[in-house]
Amino acid sequence: MKAGILVFPGINCDNDLKLVLNRVYNFQTEFLWHTNSFKVEHDIYFVPGGFSYGDYLRSGAMASRSLSLRSLKDAVSKGIPAVGICNGFQILTEASLLPGALVKNKTLKHIARWENLSAEGLFKNNFTEDYALPISHSEGNYLCDDNTLKELIENEQIIFKYKKNPNGSTENIAGIASKDYKILGLMPHPERAVFEAKDWPKNNANFGKLFFDFIFSKIYS
Amino acid sequence: MRFTGVVTVNFKKSVLEPQGQAVLLSLKETGHENVSLVRVGKHIEVVIEAENKEDAYDKISKIAEELLYNPVMETCEIQILNEAR
Repeated sequence: MKAGILVFPGINCDNDLKLVLNRVYNFQTEFLWHTNSFKVEHDIYFVPGGFSYGDYLRSGAMASRSLSLRSLKDAVSKGIPAVGICNGFQILTEASLLPGALVKNKTLKHIARWENLSAEGLFKNNFTEDYALPISHSEGNYLCDDNTLKELIENEQIIFKYKKNPNGSTENIAGIASKDYKILGLMPHPERAVFEAKDWPKNNANFGKLFFDFIFSKIYS
Repeated sequence: MRFTGVVTVNFKKSVLEPQGQAVLLSLKETGHENVSLVRVGKHIEVVIEAENKEDAYDKISKIAEELLYNPVMETCEIQILNEAR
């Protein structure tokens, strides 16, 4: 498998993703810089977390108008999957590849901690009861109009909900999918929960791996 | 000719705007109890070459739609000043 990782100035989770994809899944990876369009020759694309363009104007706004995003739109129109994490999720909504928008946390604070999640939609029953992932964002408050929310629920497009809402997110939404599940967007960081760290709760390192295992074996197999 | 357009972007009334809420709280705490609403938005100045005022408005509207505001959560108002500052 060959994965394309889109990189913008200010993105900081690109190497975390590369490490996971290379070491754990043996993927070939290629960084795709925002100023260039790219040839659609990858099996999957990732839009990583960080602060693209310093989060100026709106988080994800400028990145969503870049040349590489035009190529990404081309790729997803051909049915190639794309996964946006954190700032990547914000970029995908700004690019209208996923519905809704992510606005400032209700508390106005940047929140960085583990959050318990419940898996929904096609993800339901594939994750543990105590499932959790780290979040780290200032703008993770998911917002959409009533019609969009109705569609998300009816089409089972919500993939993760926070068990305890940290940021004011509509319907406790932490992650969503496009109708056909080819595009995923989530605020929590599975790529940060794959390798063990000393001060983490026991077993949590496995949680990030569960996410990637699931999408590679069930969603994009 | 060069024109300056002032683009005012604010959150839709239906969106809870936490910065405005925080400022409102601060104002109330400092005795301004007559204030009932504060919304913090963005003021964006764009200097542009255009044929005339209408043309400048059209061009800046297009820019606003393309990048400056997100209709999912924001509203946008454009005012064209006579000449570039």
